[in-house]
Amino acid sequence: MPGKTMFEKIWDAHVVSEEAGKPSVIYVDLHLVHEVTSNQAFDGLRLAKRGVRRPDLTMATADHDIPTTDRSKPIEDPIAVQQLEHLANDTKEFNIQFADMHSPLNGIVHVVGPEQGHTQPGKVIVCGDSHTATHGAFGAFALGIGTSEVEHVLATQTLRQTKHKTMQVDVDGPLPFGVTPKDLILAIIGKIGIAGGTGHVIEYTGQAIREMSMEGRMTVCNMSIEGGARAGMVAPDEKTFEYMRGRANVPQGEAFDEAVERWKLLPSDDDAVYDAVVTIDAASLEPHMTWGTNPGQVISITGAVPDPSSYPDPADRESAERALAYMGLEANTPMTEIPIDRVFIGSCTNSRIEDLRAAAAVAKGKKVSSSVGAMVVPGSYNIKQQAEAEGLDKIFTDAGFEWRNAGCSMCLAMNPDHLEPGERSASTSNRNFEGRQGKGGRTHLVSPEMAAAAAIAGHFVDIRDWPGV
Amino acid sequence: MDAFKKHSGVVMPLDRVNVDTDQIIPKQFLKRVERDGYEDFLFFDWRFNEDGTPNKDFVLNHPGYNDASVLVAGRNFGCGSSREHAPWALQQYGFKAIISPSYADIFYNNCFQNGLLPVTLDEVSVAHITAQAKEIPGYAVTVDLENCVVSDNEGFQVSFSLDEFKQYCLLNGLDDIGITLQDEGAISAFEAKRQG
Ligand code: SF4
Repeated sequence: MPGKTMFEKIWDAHVVSEEAGKPSVIYVDLHLVHEVTSNQAFDGLRLAKRGVRRPDLTMATADHDIPTTDRSKPIEDPIAVQQLEHLANDTKEFNIQFADMHSPLNGIVHVVGPEQGHTQPGKVIVCGDSHTATHGAFGAFALGIGTSEVEHVLATQTLRQTKHKTMQVDVDGPLPFGVTPKDLILAIIGKIGIAGGTGHVIEYTGQAIREMSMEGRMTVCNMSIEGGARAGMVAPDEKTFEYMRGRANVPQGEAFDEAVERWKLLPSDDDAVYDAVVTIDAASLEPHMTWGTNPGQVISITGAVPDPSSYPDPADRESAERALAYMGLEANTPMTEIPIDRVFIGSCTNSRIEDLRAAAAVAKGKKVSSSVGAMVVPGSYNIKQQAEAEGLDKIFTDAGFEWRNAGCSMCLAMNPDHLEPGERSASTSNRNFEGRQGKGGRTHLVSPEMAAAAAIAGHFVDIRDWPGV
Repeated sequence: MDAFKKHSGVVMPLDRVNVDTDQIIPKQFLKRVERDGYEDFLFFDWRFNEDGTPNKDFVLNHPGYNDASVLVAGRNFGCGSSREHAPWALQQYGFKAIISPSYADIFYNNCFQNGLLPVTLDEVSVAHITAQAKEIPGYAVTVDLENCVVSDNEGFQVSFSLDEFKQYCLLNGLDDIGITLQDEGAISAFEAKRQG
């Protein structure tokens, strides 16, 4: 019998019950909750007179709706207030830890989980949010679920799932100069397509992944859903353990060393077989960005806006035509000649300290173009504090970026941060769907470095040409 | 949850691939804490012009599809955000079934939690149904979940397949949580074993 993949090991260790012809019942170790996908689940519990089975394995944060401006002022949007109050009441009633927007534990749900040590190798982690895949960077099986499933997990601490297929994405060789984890994942999505991972759990392997920081691995795993996958994961190694050591909520002292020994058993066996394998030659990668209205519509920064007539498939052609019309772009325009109006550095994809350092290094001593409005939104309260201690806020504000409080912000523009119709952004977030950052807004997904450089230049630039990089 | 056995209804063609949940229900409506009342927000940004008037070019606003209850769409329907508001909006608007060559995983699961049936058919059948729905006023199909067949009055008939357990739950309108709680003993045993 061949060995097991990491996913299979974690799956097998969490099967509560299984029966032929039925989905298995899988135990959940950590349930992350935020305000947008949970209200109706708590109401469902009340209606059925059910409780929360394991409040101790559940934690909530407010991130999607909250303003990133002065938090001492009341929230203006009454519907957002109602939603946030709903979660505050739910978590109180059911005895769940809740980091509201004034808490030092507050931040984007996928940023605070790892930051506070809740995210650990070998765990099954769920959240009513498709970017839950982020946590897979620690060697966890982490997947996004819908509100009915949130209710299911609250009530039973389990999830009904049919075992997923596995896909290995092997990134051979080191990432070349100027190519970041964001560029890598954009390139991967471009290669497999936005439905390429459907039904699969992706495990990222190879030299580029092994050499990547935990922040970088989180960026890569985060966007697994943009390739259609159920989850993304990376085998835990010394980098993982070093990142975790000493954090709140991880075992301490000897118990940590014991945990490490257990975690070392998680990586896929050498003879494990994946259902699909994709190989990426790292040396061939360049900085990437999106040009269209889904994350699979990507191109290298040295490229030009594609000509829809070059697509053999009529549905793809039609979709490219629609995208160009929405994006207000002409075919064959070089990417570096596209001017921008706004820059957003933030989101659960790229708002961690390393992302902010990288963007600050590009912005240091420069000025944001007079035609651009740029903002930096850290992923959590703690990251904001750390960045300020390192003086990054000063670099940003001196350059003319706005320095905001933590939250999802303009990643999905549910709070007051949004694009106006027709405005074009360089954004470090994960989705460029129509209207994602505001109705009529035009989003190009890029790395933090490229976003910062675009803010200064007023148009997209190849970061490899940036002075000092 | 309502059971789904068999449904006949007018088909509305949404001839686009990769329709994401941000389009099915834009984020500004996700702040509502209710589980119902999403029908007016379905496809909001495609459906309404800047000034709030209906966009006449969008298929949902074509008078011929006013009574549509089956949606036929291009591949990878429901990609992107996990928001369950997407199936809620579709269902509350009046759709009972969707037909597409493929779906994004989370959306697909969410449909079953709400008694909305996502039927997966081959590209050729989807193209056929789409073309008929565009050409024939009032074109309707029957979706029979018991026998897993989609048919029309013109002699078209095609079978589809889906997970047997999902079929069983939907046919009987069973609530997932209730089923899992029958396994309570196994959950407790699992927890005890872990702590031991
Ligand atoms: S930052 Fe964006 S993608 Fe991440 S959880 Fe918030 S809204 Fe979702």
